[in-house]
Amino acid sequence: MGIIKGTVDWVDARLPVVNAFKKHMSEYYAPKNFNFWYYFGVLSMVVLVNQLLTGIWLTMFYSPTDAFASVEYIMRDVQWGWLIRYMHAVGASAFFAVVYLHMFRGLMYGSYKPPRELVWIFGMMIYLALMAEGFLGYVLPWGNMSYWGAQVIISLAEAIPFQVLPFVDGAEAAAMGEALTTWVRGDYLLSDATVNKFFALHVVAIPLVLVALVVLHILALHEVGSNNPDGVEIKQNKDENGIPKDGIPFHPYYTVKDLVGVVVFLMVFAVVIFFFPDGGGYFIERPNFEPANPLATPDHIAPVWYYGPYYAMLRATTFSFLFDAKTWGLIIMGGAIAILFVVPWLDRHPVKSIRYKGMVSKVTLMLFAVFFLFLGFLGTQPADNSFLGISFTGWAQIGTFYYFIYFLVILPFGHRFEKSKPVPDRVTGGH
Amino acid sequence: MKKLVVLLLSCLPVLAFAAGGANEHVVSAPLNLQDKVSAQRGAQLFVNYCMGCHSLEYQRYGRLGEDLGIPDELVMQHLNFTTEQIGDQMKIAMPKNEAALWFGAAPPDLTLISRLRTPDWLYSYLIGFYPDDSRPYGYNNRVFPAVGMPHVMADLQEELSEDEFKQAMLDLTHFLTYTAEPMQLERQRLGVYVLVFLFVLLIPAYLLKKEYWKDVE
Amino acid sequence: MSKDGVNTSRRTFLIGLTSAVGAVGAVGVAVPFVKSWLPSARAENAGAPVQIDISKLEPGQRVVREWRGQPVWVVRRTPEMLSGLEKLAAGNVLADPESENTNQQPGYAQNAHRSIKPEVLVLIGTCTHLGCSPTYNPQPTVQLEQGGFFCPCHGSMFDFAGRVYRSVPAPTNLVVPPHSYLSDAVIIIGSEEGETA
Repeated sequence: MGIIKGTVDWVDARLPVVNAFKKHMSEYYAPKNFNFWYYFGVLSMVVLVNQLLTGIWLTMFYSPTDAFASVEYIMRDVQWGWLIRYMHAVGASAFFAVVYLHMFRGLMYGSYKPPRELVWIFGMMIYLALMAEGFLGYVLPWGNMSYWGAQVIISLAEAIPFQVLPFVDGAEAAAMGEALTTWVRGDYLLSDATVNKFFALHVVAIPLVLVALVVLHILALHEVGSNNPDGVEIKQNKDENGIPKDGIPFHPYYTVKDLVGVVVFLMVFAVVIFFFPDGGGYFIERPNFEPANPLATPDHIAPVWYYGPYYAMLRATTFSFLFDAKTWGLIIMGGAIAILFVVPWLDRHPVKSIRYKGMVSKVTLMLFAVFFLFLGFLGTQPADNSFLGISFTGWAQIGTFYYFIYFLVILPFGHRFEKSKPVPDRVTGGH
Repeated sequence: MKKLVVLLLSCLPVLAFAAGGANEHVVSAPLNLQDKVSAQRGAQLFVNYCMGCHSLEYQRYGRLGEDLGIPDELVMQHLNFTTEQIGDQMKIAMPKNEAALWFGAAPPDLTLISRLRTPDWLYSYLIGFYPDDSRPYGYNNRVFPAVGMPHVMADLQEELSEDEFKQAMLDLTHFLTYTAEPMQLERQRLGVYVLVFLFVLLIPAYLLKKEYWKDVE
Repeated sequence: MSKDGVNTSRRTFLIGLTSAVGAVGAVGVAVPFVKSWLPSARAENAGAPVQIDISKLEPGQRVVREWRGQPVWVVRRTPEMLSGLEKLAAGNVLADPESENTNQQPGYAQNAHRSIKPEVLVLIGTCTHLGCSPTYNPQPTVQLEQGGFFCPCHGSMFDFAGRVYRSVPAPTNLVVPPHSYLSDAVIIIGSEEGETA
């Protein structure tokens, strides 16, 4: 023991590791009333580690110049390569699943409200980086769905309304859009040049950004302290030692609790990896079992499920006013993501947690979740279908409308139409 | 190029069904992937009837023998009619661009076909040929109308009873379902062990949490 | 928060138990990652046994083939070369004249001529010092009075059985790869399915 303590002391004198452990673990006081929804932060970390580890390993065998065949090489010829690849592919969907639940937790309990605005903004930047990472990774297997998915998304650059710039007319704007897509592809069609570029971004650039953002997200959180299901600021009730009365040290209490959550999550994760690795075509899509073919579009092009809501919004935009519908689709899709960044300032409800808000807030939030899921479903489906007599496109338009109404009307003004319950001084419930 | 997005977005409604998904002629194949003898017969059928035109370019001969329980010598005698070695992939000599000229489209590699189309589609396609004089080869297919491929197993279908032919096509489906994911059975077997282990880990982890949380009022 | 009546030994036990089971899991997870670094099926296939036809190999002649990225030499030794081996073994010039280092050849090549058939020598043609490929000298040279193999990099010398001389940098005899005879005329390198006696 003497040697271990000696070594720790020696390092600590040069780098404050003990202090850091105290600050972020053993003396980081978290509210004692975290519930089910508070597992998804740590689960995001678990999935991030899974993605980094399996991703580094896949890089050892993947070849962007022989992309499709090298994925089959991993699946068949590399010992255990199939497991590492499935862990990565399923991990991508798992990442979005836990991040969406984590974000919903934030919306429910008002975790973005002061003083946690920056925590939320870093979180949204992580979400944005994750979407970029997911898209780039989706292209790498170079199956036919990769090809056509990339084709559609990259072509969106042509919808950027450059004509709003001074001295740029419509024809020049079109030329600029086309120049931009050519620059992104690095070729006149999607080719090896594109895959090589995306590979570098996927395995080096975006992961670096992601990890840095995760560090910032957590540092910012630990500066202001965690929110909780009651939305009570535990730092306002401290004991004589300056420790929040409703706080418990993150370590050991939440490390042991999170461990249980992690094991349960791993069980779900394992069930998918070992028994449903392609997630019924939602995690690994069937057209991706055929190499990229510039001459044949798959019968039904759909994004992976986690982009579904935004894709549904893009597709649902059919009006043209000043710009054409395609440009409006891009603006609406971009706006739907951008609006998330300003949620801390849109929400003017005096109460933080949904527990003490009134009926209007509760019902509209539930509706928001339902519509978001429904938009996600619509985004993955062919549009020529209908439900309750309304076409899928019609539903997507309703969903998109509600999405914006929720953020632009209900969050700022909803509290005027409801009576909130009194918020307690101390947190309720201990487990 | 710019019109492509518009085109793609606008034709989405038309492109209603996923490959083979919503086809009324697709029947459910009575699959049993544990049936290695059936998959072995399927392998025999494949090399005799399909491999003239279709490769299995990601499948190695030796791996096939290992997974389906066929000794290397028998693989080399009965399944490998090329000069390839036991560890080689099941490629074919037909050049793709010339094949495209002969058939209109190059016969695709079939290693992954069952994951691209689903085993049900594949089985239905194989049993779906019917005589149609309007087609150049005299046959059409219920699942894949106006298919470019001739009914190469027409003589086999005449020779066998209807049940025997269906069984043969099921054999072939078993085989191609195997090649599409050779580790499928191993993966499921391993999954059970992993879940049992995680359950064992859950017990002390849960007790540990309960023990510590006694402190929290 | 109250820490009254904490059962410390139970906590220690549960921490130990959870860590132990967790460690087993960590090892389990490590297995696929470690094993994925082993040669893949493609590499195994590329490293498959190589057949060499020696029916046209003249006495004193050498052929070189590649097996797993290494040069494999097959030399049909002349009677003079073989008799030279005995003389060298008798003299005190070789480091391991009896091939006692069993890592350098399979059991069936641990004999006076280090081969299955006396006249046919099969060796991996890389120097046991630092991996250069020695030159073949069927005739005597300045360094090798009996002829043999001479490594141009650091001057190591080997006789016609690949046995290393004393006082050269190379520590051990040249390696005899696993091999066997499919027929009198065909050697297979990397496989012992044929005759090895």
